Amino acid sequence: MANDLGLAVKKVTEITLEDEKRVSAWINTQEYREKNFARQALVINPSHACQPLGAQLAAHGFADTLPFVHGSQGCASYYRSTLNRHFREPAPAVSDAMTEDGAVFGGQNNLHEGLENAYTLYKPKMIAVFTSCMPEVIGDDLTAFIGNARQKGHIPKDFLIPYANTPSFSGSHVHGYDSMLMSILQTLTDNKSVEGRCTGKLNFIAGFDANTGNYREYKRIFEAFGIPYTFLADISETFDSPNDGTYRIYPGGTNLAEAGDSINGKVTLTVAPFATSKTFTWIKEQYAGEHVSMPMPMGIAKTDAFLMKLGEAFGKDVPAMFKAERGRAVDAMTDAQQYMHGRKFAVYGDSDYLLGYVSFLLEMGAVPHHVLCSKGSKKLDRELQALLDASPYGKTGKIYMNRDLWHLRSLVMTDPVDAIIGDTHGKFIARDAKIPLFRFGFPIFDRVSLHRRPLVGYQGVINMVAEICNRFLDITDETCDDKHFEMMR
Amino acid sequence: MSGLVVKKVDGITKESTQSMIDKALAAYPEKGRTKRAPHLAPNDPQSGGPCVKSNRKTIPGVMSARGCAYAGAKGVVWGPIRDMVHVSHGPVGCGWYSWGTRRNLMSGINGVSNFALQATSDFQEKDIVYGGDKKLATLLKETKDLFPLAKGISVLSECPVGLIGDDINAVAKKMSVELDMPIIPCNCEGFRGVSQSLGHHISNDTIRDYIIETREFAEPAGPYDIALIGDYNIGGDVWSVKPLLEECGFNVKATWTGDGQMEHIAATHQVKLAVIHCYRSMNYMARVMEEKYSIPWLELNFFGPTKIRESLRKLAERFDDVIKNKVEDVIAKYDPIMQKVVDEYRPRLEGKRVMLYVGGLRPRHTVGAYEDLGMHVIGSGYEFAHSDDYERTTPEMPEATVLYDDASEFELEQFVHTLKPDLVGSGIKEKYVFQKMGVPFRQMHSWDYSGPYHAYNGFPVFARDIDMAINSPTWKLVKAPF
Repeated sequence: MANDLGLAVKKVTEITLEDEKRVSAWINTQEYREKNFARQALVINPSHACQPLGAQLAAHGFADTLPFVHGSQGCASYYRSTLNRHFREPAPAVSDAMTEDGAVFGGQNNLHEGLENAYTLYKPKMIAVFTSCMPEVIGDDLTAFIGNARQKGHIPKDFLIPYANTPSFSGSHVHGYDSMLMSILQTLTDNKSVEGRCTGKLNFIAGFDANTGNYREYKRIFEAFGIPYTFLADISETFDSPNDGTYRIYPGGTNLAEAGDSINGKVTLTVAPFATSKTFTWIKEQYAGEHVSMPMPMGIAKTDAFLMKLGEAFGKDVPAMFKAERGRAVDAMTDAQQYMHGRKFAVYGDSDYLLGYVSFLLEMGAVPHHVLCSKGSKKLDRELQALLDASPYGKTGKIYMNRDLWHLRSLVMTDPVDAIIGDTHGKFIARDAKIPLFRFGFPIFDRVSLHRRPLVGYQGVINMVAEICNRFLDITDETCDDKHFEMMR
Repeated sequence: MSGLVVKKVDGITKESTQSMIDKALAAYPEKGRTKRAPHLAPNDPQSGGPCVKSNRKTIPGVMSARGCAYAGAKGVVWGPIRDMVHVSHGPVGCGWYSWGTRRNLMSGINGVSNFALQATSDFQEKDIVYGGDKKLATLLKETKDLFPLAKGISVLSECPVGLIGDDINAVAKKMSVELDMPIIPCNCEGFRGVSQSLGHHISNDTIRDYIIETREFAEPAGPYDIALIGDYNIGGDVWSVKPLLEECGFNVKATWTGDGQMEHIAATHQVKLAVIHCYRSMNYMARVMEEKYSIPWLELNFFGPTKIRESLRKLAERFDDVIKNKVEDVIAKYDPIMQKVVDEYRPRLEGKRVMLYVGGLRPRHTVGAYEDLGMHVIGSGYEFAHSDDYERTTPEMPEATVLYDDASEFELEQFVHTLKPDLVGSGIKEKYVFQKMGVPFRQMHSWDYSGPYHAYNGFPVFARDIDMAINSPTWKLVKAPF
């Protein structure tokens, strides 16, 4: 007998309908919730991915840049396919395909051969190297390896190779984004600082934001202000490129020379304090001009602050068109407030986004009831709590830090809400709880073109109001009895 | 080879194909060129050989579509077993990327009786330093507590586990006894082997060592008991094939592993014959069951009416007249229905050319289905095949058409530029590259969120999808008039 576990051979049994019914009911109970929250080791349905995914996104934000995974080839396939599915766009990246012998000899040979092949075949102007688990566990020395690659002529001596250690066993995709972005900026700005020079430009960083509509909205705002800008890590063309019958491997991204000159900028602004904390710390030390880190402009107040900051930093008035735009957004909110007021939400996502959801909901008089982050920090906890404390609609809101979507399921089933704001992975909870899921976060695998509609700025407010309220109204129309099926809502 | 009809495609010759290959290879550095050259060749259907080299290391720095051993284990073999909790043991990413991204549909209730979840030990720095065995033991207890109807737990190792020297096999053995449930350790670290293929092999070996023979079917054995092996229920494929086999008089006792049940898999040593669909991922266990329990196995193809008909007759040959008659009745019933499908779509697809680049069995098995629709497959290749796969492919493909093994995106792009196919069938990573070129595309791993494509219920869906991909009016809008 081939039973290597020492268990007795039994007859095949089936899961009975009664068992299924009993357990289905049980997993929705308070008792189960307590058991679920007592978990110490098992993580179920976390809403975060690993560092290299974020590193790849940052790399795609620069012109003629090839993301390069130092590690197992399967890793690269996973990151690429995740980005393909979310954007429905190509996500060209390579790996150096480390295998078992790499565990013994290290990954230097793979890296060298890989750089040579990638450079020759895909003709990039920059190769952004980042690591997956294997080289991190065996302790590969990227600095030495890349230095040797130049020495041995695998790659031209002056070729741009930023590199970042992005171990998957710490942090999340957001941290990988930060590390890669910092390395890219360090590489591009090396020796580019010119005493007394000022580009007069805004350097702008959006953070781990996989919504190309947001990028376009930011640009529209800068252009309306007449502020010259360098959008650092600009993925808007990379991941929303036109279909005109020609495939371009590098369809967009920040111009490399321009990014290099960003060190002489007038103002450097990040709207992702959590996704760019390392990068911003470094920028503060190295970059000329003013340095600003402020929350993502989601909702009215944060957009107000964003626009005023831009005006202040560049000595300009906020253009009149934004006053009108603000008025339209507020009009949309007052017109629709009755459909959201008092409605309870479960919200989860990456730190910068999560703070935006909570601000927006509170402004609408909606209640962020369960607020969950599967890879958060004490700082995030404090900032979320401050938002909740400042509003009467935040009183019942509770924050769950470093919890996963299986925890969120228990919360939603025992303490119901009207809707969830998250990403595609929340759809199982939404279905079980029979409530809508608003896909504002990353990734979105199951709807089309949502990454194209902005969520930031006043236009973002209008989009969120419309999406949420109209869905609630659809539900009313779809579920009400005939007597209450009305022409007007 | 006797009886082989050599297919030809207008304009494709050995010389034209070789010159296209040479052009693509010219772009590589010398070392890369030398390594890649044996993986690309014009097909010779009469060679009786594979024509190309395969199952070698991917060359570093190219855009390969390949995955890893973990992907082959979690995504392909284990993930579809619906009543086990599959723990991705290691850092958070691997389980997250493979969460719900294969379309192996399953019955049951999520989190209750099926476990299409992302269950992981979410390794942190300290687990790398101190090891994860203790955490694993705690995790297994918690899994049983939270999912009481789970029939077993698989522990699927990610890269760090093997590198730091954890002993998941010992933990699994100890905890199986303690929890009185099968806990199956699978050493499928992503760095093992050259592709997902080794993950399939390791998983098959794990089934051999830990699962098969640990259960017996509750009801007495019958003469028509069979198992369906290597069908992963993509888009509901198993739910199309299984009823067809049942209509033919068979009793399908277990499906491996699409919509699979662990205990049924464990008792499969009691069946009379194994029908194997995806040879690449499951031939290992088919051979084990043949050698150990004398269960014969038969490779069948359920794509398109021609191959389905051939397959059902091939299967009936192994059984008595009861089955033979039923199979003929079934064929007679479905033939006219399939003919209607062909009549509807063939006029719009006649003569259209397809290039395939997939995995498993599809680069050869789907050829007949395209041909049923009047189309030609003018290029084919696999991500992770071995020689025996290519030996089975060369007779199916037209003469001198291009074969590519572990193709890089660069090569595929070059071939598509030259051959200008009407359709490319490949994966998500390739899809948007070709669509940007204005070339119609279908994902042929996931059936592009459609399916089933297998058996008689699948063919009308396949035909419809191919037609809409190629003939969608959207392609005509790609070029702006200004």
